[in-house]
Amino acid sequence: MADSNNSVSNDEILLSVRHLKKSYGDHEVLRDISFDVPRGKVFVLLGPSGSGKSTLIRCLNGLETIQGGTISFKGEPIDGREKTWRRLRTEIGMVFQSYDLFPNLTVAQNILLGPTKVQKRPKDEVERQMDGLLADVQLSEYRDAYPRELSGGQKQRIAIVRALTMNPELMLFDEVTASLDPEMVREVLELMLGLAEHHMTMIVVTHEMEFARRVADTVLFLENGVILERQSGHDFFTHPETDRAKAFLESMAPISDGE
Amino acid sequence: MVLSAIDSASTVLAADAGWTILFTGDNLTRLLGGLWTSVSIAGLALVFGIPLGVVLGALRILRNPVLRAVLRLYLEFFRIIPTLVILFLFYYILPREMGVQVDGETIAVVAFGLWVAAEISDVVRGALISVPEHQIDAGKALGMNGLQLLWYVRLPQSINLMVPATINLAARVIMTTSLLLLISVIDVITVGQQIMEANRMAHPDSAFWVYGFVFLLYFIVCWPLAMIARALEKRAKERNNG
Repeated sequence: MADSNNSVSNDEILLSVRHLKKSYGDHEVLRDISFDVPRGKVFVLLGPSGSGKSTLIRCLNGLETIQGGTISFKGEPIDGREKTWRRLRTEIGMVFQSYDLFPNLTVAQNILLGPTKVQKRPKDEVERQMDGLLADVQLSEYRDAYPRELSGGQKQRIAIVRALTMNPELMLFDEVTASLDPEMVREVLELMLGLAEHHMTMIVVTHEMEFARRVADTVLFLENGVILERQSGHDFFTHPETDRAKAFLESMAPISDGE
Repeated sequence: MVLSAIDSASTVLAADAGWTILFTGDNLTRLLGGLWTSVSIAGLALVFGIPLGVVLGALRILRNPVLRAVLRLYLEFFRIIPTLVILFLFYYILPREMGVQVDGETIAVVAFGLWVAAEISDVVRGALISVPEHQIDAGKALGMNGLQLLWYVRLPQSINLMVPATINLAARVIMTTSLLLLISVIDVITVGQQIMEANRMAHPDSAFWVYGFVFLLYFIVCWPLAMIARALEKRAKERNNG
C-alpha cells in the first residue's frame, strides 16, 4: 500500500464520541454512545441488523445529524454545522455498501474529482498518487474504464482508492462487502486488512466475522442503539461477556454439518 | 351521382385548382415568413426560458420552505392558467396598467419565456431528485458543497432525463405559437387567414389548401423534434437499466 503516513503513536485519540444520541422523531436509534478511537487502531462495530451500527457510522462524518452528545475529531469538538463537517469530510474518508462511484465518470475521473476540485490540489501530484494506489490494488489497467465495466469487487476497491486519495486520517467502512458476490468479498477485505497493517485508523461495520476477528483492535457490540459490550477483537470472539453477544456470534457462525 | 361528383371535382381542379394560391404572387414567401416568426418567437422564448428554468429547478431542491413555496406557486400559475389567458394578460392588461408600449412579438417572447421557465423548472427538479441519495452521500463524503454536488453529481446524472422532456416542450411551444394571431402577431396562421380572405371569391376552397399547408409546415418542424425526443428517451431508459 502506498505510503499512508499514519505513524503509530502514543495513544493520541483521533475520534472521540461522548453521549451521542440519535433519534428519528420519537424513535431513538442511538442512546448514549461513547467511545474513543486512538490513532492507528481499527474499531469494528458488530450487532444484529437494526442495532444502529450503520446509523452510528454515518453520524461520524455528519451524514446524519445527532440529537445529543458530542463528536470530537483530533481533539476539536465538532459544532455540527454543515460547513464544519464539509471541511472534516476531506479528512474522514467513507466507503458505502452500495457502489457509489459516479457512473458518468471514468475510474480516474472518479478518483481525481475530490482531491482536485474539493481539496484543490495540483492535478499531476494527485495523478501520481492515484497511479501508485491503482498499481497497489492491481487495477491500473482500468484507469480509463467506466464503473459499469467493472465487477462489484473492483468497484469497491476503486471506491476505497478514491477515498484514500484524499489522504484521510480516518476511514469509515459501512458494510462495504454486503452487496458483493461471495467470490469478490475476499479481494475487498484483503485490501482493508492491508490498510490496517499500515496503521490506517478505521471504523468498520461488517458482517464478515472472520475478517472482523482478524482486523479488529476493538469490537463494539451494539444492540438497540446501546454499546452492550466492548472488548479487544480477540477476546470478543473467544470470550464474549454478554449472553446477547454469545447468541449473536452463534447466529453468525458458519453452518456446520451436524455433529 | 358518383360519376358526376368526380366530374365536378375535376372541373374545379382543372379550372383553377385551389392549391395554386399557395404559389401565387409572394404567398409562399409570406407563409414561410409567418412560420419564421412563429419559430423565432418560440426559439427566443426557449433561449431565455431554459436557463432561467434550470436555475429555478435547482433552487427548488433546496430545503428553504419559503423559496420552495414561491417557486411552486410560480409553476402552478403558468400550469393552471391557459396559455391564451396568459398571453392576453401580458398583451392587454400589463401594458395598460404599467403604461409601457411593447409590440406583440416581445410580449410573446416574455410570456412564453416565463412559461418555458416554469415548465423547465419542474423538469429539472424532477430529474435532479431522481439521482439516488447514496450518490449524493458519496459526493458529500468527498467534502463537496451544494454547488459541487449539483454540478458534479446531480446534473450529469440527470441530464439525460432532462433533454427529451425539454425537446418535447420545445415542440409544444412551437405549436402554441398558433395562438399568436390573437395578439396581432403576424405568424403563419395570420398570414394564412390573410391569404384566404384575399382569395375568398376566386378560391372558395382555399381554406383546405392553406390550412393543409400550414399543417404540413408545423409537422415538418415538430415531427423531427418528437422523433429526437423519443430516441433520447429510449436511450436514457436503456442506459438506466444497463
